[in-house]
Amino acid sequence: MALLEIKDLHARVGERGILNGIDLTVNAGEVHAIMGPNGSGKSTLAQVLAGRELYQVTAGEVLYNGKDLLEMAPEERAQEGIFLAFQYPVEIPGVSNMYFLKAAVNAVRKQRGLAELDAMDFLNLVQEKMKLMEMDQTLLNRPVNTGFSGGEKKRNEIFQMAVLEPRLAILDETDSGLDIDALRTVAGGVNALRGPERAMIVVTHYQRLLNYIVPDYVHVLSQGRIVKSGGKELALQLEESGYAGLGIEDVEEAVGRI
Amino acid sequence: MTVVAEQTGRWLDQFTQQPAAEPWLKELRDSAFQRFLELGFPATHEEEWRFTNVAPIARTQFANEHLNWETARGSLPTTFFNGKYVAAALPEGVSLGTPEDLKAHLGKYASYHNHPFIALNTAFLRDVAVLRIDRGAVVDEPVRFLYGAAETHPPVAAHPRILVLAGAHSQCTLVETYAAQGKYFTNAVTEIVAGEGAVVDHYRVQSESTEAYHIGILQAMAGRNANFTSHSISLGGLLVRNDANVALSEGTEATLNGLYIANGQQHVDNHTQIDHAKPHGTSHELYKGILDGHATAVFNGRIIVRKDAQKTDSKQTNKNLLLSDDAVINTKPELQILADDVRCTHGATIGQLDAEALFYLQSRGIGKGEARDLLTYAFAQDIVDRVKIPALKDYLEKVLFEKFHEHVG
Repeated sequence: MALLEIKDLHARVGERGILNGIDLTVNAGEVHAIMGPNGSGKSTLAQVLAGRELYQVTAGEVLYNGKDLLEMAPEERAQEGIFLAFQYPVEIPGVSNMYFLKAAVNAVRKQRGLAELDAMDFLNLVQEKMKLMEMDQTLLNRPVNTGFSGGEKKRNEIFQMAVLEPRLAILDETDSGLDIDALRTVAGGVNALRGPERAMIVVTHYQRLLNYIVPDYVHVLSQGRIVKSGGKELALQLEESGYAGLGIEDVEEAVGRI
Repeated sequence: MTVVAEQTGRWLDQFTQQPAAEPWLKELRDSAFQRFLELGFPATHEEEWRFTNVAPIARTQFANEHLNWETARGSLPTTFFNGKYVAAALPEGVSLGTPEDLKAHLGKYASYHNHPFIALNTAFLRDVAVLRIDRGAVVDEPVRFLYGAAETHPPVAAHPRILVLAGAHSQCTLVETYAAQGKYFTNAVTEIVAGEGAVVDHYRVQSESTEAYHIGILQAMAGRNANFTSHSISLGGLLVRNDANVALSEGTEATLNGLYIANGQQHVDNHTQIDHAKPHGTSHELYKGILDGHATAVFNGRIIVRKDAQKTDSKQTNKNLLLSDDAVINTKPELQILADDVRCTHGATIGQLDAEALFYLQSRGIGKGEARDLLTYAFAQDIVDRVKIPALKDYLEKVLFEKFHEHVG
């Protein structure tokens, strides 16, 4: 049985249709890259899978481990092993990173029938993962993402993923805004988590990230549909000829058009 | 007889039946009661009371008896019971004030001329907690004032009064706590004088019953280079009005922190006034409100910078979190700036729980209810963090946690 099966998924925000029939099957152990120009629906797909209520699913179904994913609340999905690394991690003043992560770990453990971790066990767990992400331990005592640099926020996302050990990780533009060193660290953290039990969906606009996180499959999204699928060479082809080479219009931000 | 006269007239019997007092006190009471009769209970067409209708207080016939005596319990050295002051052991460096202190200071700061509830309190002055902090004394242990009331029919009205005279360069912490059961009316007035260079931290933790009426007035006079802080935590009460006023002198630093949490039919009104009378004063004010159910709240922050108060630096912030569609907040800054070389900033926000933050927490496995609690608690966190008494901080964390837990259910 596939870990994730998306069938003819349609979603919209307000009156605007964004996903117009997505079909995708992801098996345990696989890494799938989803690429596409701005506005193609990549982030929407990531958010819909995590359960963001902003988006209305109008048709189709999603099976996760054979269960109806769309019926589940966001926290249930997380407890079942889905993790979304946010494109824009949210700042939460007043809640320490430590408290937040401990609450998350224990919510997931509770669902899996495991005992809650006490402060000491928790600290041992996170220290190891912080080392992996080259993160300063003072980040634990700071409020969640508050005043973090862009790079710190992205590292914090992958750090959370490392601690929560999901079965299906969805990385939404985790590379955006990272310098090459931060990108290597983030990719290293992601690669360390690759394994036969775990699947990943890597959403990105650029091929650059895929030099470091090498996907098994690449899908190109345009106007809410997957228009082309292939192996990792498809990403390289995109790098060569751009989305235009596939006949897809990619409207870049005016400042980026150089 | 007009309606107002009927309402104030209810208090006449009680007033005339008070035990006799020394001439100076009798004179003060008489004059305050006279003023109360003239002012009457405030009406909502008066700007100061625009959003707070005190008709339920005005309409109720209260008893004014000191029904029970109770000595201080546990580690609470100073207790009011139905407005009756019970003195017990005081920390070193703190002494009971003398009758001369009373005569010289009582009513000199909290003026009854324009405030009917101060007038009413002053008219019923009987047992005043007068404390003197010795010059230069550093009092580590907080001086606590506990207000309680017995549940009675008719409900009791209590008019507790505190006067604290903190000597020059002294340092002290004062904690007023209000908590009781049932229906009653607390009408408390506190006057604090912080002498030159004194450091005074004042806490008011209002956890009255949700049937209670509470009027709490704080009037502080902070001397040259003094540092005065007020923490106003308002959790209970059906109809609540807190006035926290501070007058600054040259080089004075004043901090006003406030947290008000209301649910159901609760109404809580916070009026603050920071009066910069002399140059080089600094004031910081942060009030935060969390409102749920049909609760209503008012924040009115007046800052006066008088002509002489050059180089004043003043910052006011009021933030509100509305957890239900029916909760209402009226927030208003009121700046009166007469000096020209000053820095004054103010800001107010009203918002709901951040949907993105909520989703972020949920996406990590934290249930929606717990996520809401966590964000609500986080909103109040910075005010709780400013509480410097560890036991009080722990208590507040516990109370807030329970509070936000129950409404999510």
